[in-house]
Amino acid sequence: MDTLYIKKSDIAVWWAAIKGACDHVVAPVRKDRVVEFARVENYEEIATDYVQTTRSAKEVLFPRTERLFSYQKNGRDIEVKDFDPQSVPVQVLWQVRPCDAASVFPLDAVFNWDYKDVMYNTRRERTTIVAVSCSTADEYCFCTSVGGGAGDTRGSDILLTYTTDGAIVEVVTERGEKLVALSQNLFTAYTAGDKDSYLASVPQVFDVEKLKEKMHGMFDSTVWKEQSERCLGCGACAYVCPTCSCFDIQENPKGSCGERLRCWDSCGFAQFTLHTSGHNPRSTQASRWRQRLMHKFSYIPQRQDSLGCTGCGRCSRACPVDMNIKEHLSSIDKIQ
Amino acid sequence: MDKLKAKLKEWLEAGEITLAIGYKQGTREARPFFCRTAEDVEQMVFSNDFQPNLAVYLSKKEVVKDEKVAIVCTISALRSIAYLARENQIGQSQYKIIHLSPNDELMIFRSPWDIDAYIEEIPSTPSEEDRRVIEMLDAMTPSERWAWWAAQFSKCIKCYACRAACPMCYCTRCIVDNNRPQWIDPWASPLSNMEWQINRVMHLAGRCVGCGACGAACPEGIPVHLLNRKILDNIEENFGMPAGIAPREGAVLNTYKPEDKENFIK
Ligand code: SF4
Ligand code: SF4
Ligand code: SF4
Ligand code: SF4
Repeated sequence: MDTLYIKKSDIAVWWAAIKGACDHVVAPVRKDRVVEFARVENYEEIATDYVQTTRSAKEVLFPRTERLFSYQKNGRDIEVKDFDPQSVPVQVLWQVRPCDAASVFPLDAVFNWDYKDVMYNTRRERTTIVAVSCSTADEYCFCTSVGGGAGDTRGSDILLTYTTDGAIVEVVTERGEKLVALSQNLFTAYTAGDKDSYLASVPQVFDVEKLKEKMHGMFDSTVWKEQSERCLGCGACAYVCPTCSCFDIQENPKGSCGERLRCWDSCGFAQFTLHTSGHNPRSTQASRWRQRLMHKFSYIPQRQDSLGCTGCGRCSRACPVDMNIKEHLSSIDKIQ
Repeated sequence: MDKLKAKLKEWLEAGEITLAIGYKQGTREARPFFCRTAEDVEQMVFSNDFQPNLAVYLSKKEVVKDEKVAIVCTISALRSIAYLARENQIGQSQYKIIHLSPNDELMIFRSPWDIDAYIEEIPSTPSEEDRRVIEMLDAMTPSERWAWWAAQFSKCIKCYACRAACPMCYCTRCIVDNNRPQWIDPWASPLSNMEWQINRVMHLAGRCVGCGACGAACPEGIPVHLLNRKILDNIEENFGMPAGIAPREGAVLNTYKPEDKENFIK
């Protein structure tokens, strides 16, 4: 892994070269009260005055709504148009946080588990991730408790750490090297080794290995009901989360033509597990909240060798009743 | 506040209630608090401006069944309970409805029907910021206004937090959850997001109390409550029904009178 340096005034020059070399750059922009990822035309549009975007960057890889295929009926003939991988743009995801970059591990695992998802994998191959270390964090952040950190490179192709007069550039992957090669002359070697001094401090609040072990045996605990009592059963926490990957398949028929869609779904909804018979195996909010935490901290780690949470804190910020996941996990950690 | 805490402690200790639903300090703002011991009552905090509207929990059976409940109410929550009672959603449940008035007077309502006399004296008014945005929207042409809302709803992720936070959204099967037939496309897209909101707002027309919990719940910061507020204004103008007070003879758009105006049919 190369560690390079770029001057502040050169970052916009490099950015323009990147913009010219790909179809789209997706970066955080301010929209009224929230900061969201969007396609950006000019470097100046990129937001800087925020801790975390409301939604994660996952929709670049796993959109809110996407078409699996479309069809047209002509009498007895049916013409089916499959998903076309060539339609996926070559993108650079610019200025994600390390906790967003780290979310590619659980997403990669889910979308390649027993079936290789062409749509996800094509987007993944065509997306280069440029993350930026966090110089500020807030009380919802807990990346350091789930194996990450404000300057963690995992999942990024390039990690930038802004210094007072430029940025330290850690080139993690080959994809990252290609972006640097676009403006090779702007980079110098970096040897100062003071990266940590530019990072936000995010105190560790629990030991995730112990927590995982403990949660493994907690299916019948009363803690789920206690914690979830105020939960309203909406989809906010799952939809803003960078690792939540549940989806629904929907038909959109329009007479003789139509399409089949894949769209986000959430285990927080009562209807999520409702059977046609009327039986609902997760009939209470307590069982749905248990599923949310167990999935992230027990089931995913058991099956896929990754965690289902990167500690970004988005679910806590988005929740209308302040279900603070960091607080809930810490209190599970403290149960004797 | 001390009076309120003392009352809740007394009830809990005497076994008159098993659960007090109130607020406690959360990460940044107040959060709902389910309090079961006199000791925990100490953590309670209260302001009439707090969100969410706690009346939302009264229609959640898994929360209130088998419990003797006291509910700590903001003025908005009182309004909601009065409406819920008129819609037969409170039933025979003997909730203890407890409230601190803006001038710090402790009030206990023996039944939801006693709330009317109190809240009729307190107009439901939008915040200054909300009024400013409504005036800005009123000044727009219809196409400008459509564009403004379309931009807002392009952010909607169909998380239904606006629905989940509303005490009046208690349907066990919401129109968006119905799939035979599928009235509204369940995926997020500009058109279906708009369809969803139009349905939500229209189903609440004449029933919404103007608490703003829906807008406060939206993670995308979409001021959905302003749509409801606009309808409250329209109802007041057209039917003379003031916002936030449950009409004794039923919600305006749910009831029929022979003398109702028909001048909108053109
Ligand atoms: S569960 Fe919450 S904190 Fe963890 S990754 Fe998802 S949104 Fe972030
Ligand atoms: S935890 Fe919060 S955001 Fe998640 S379903 Fe419950 S109320 Fe909604
Ligand atoms: S629609 Fe919004 S403002 Fe009206 S009662 Fe429901 S939550 Fe309150
Ligand atoms: S809370 Fe906001 S984002 Fe969620 S469904 Fe309602 S309007 Fe859409």
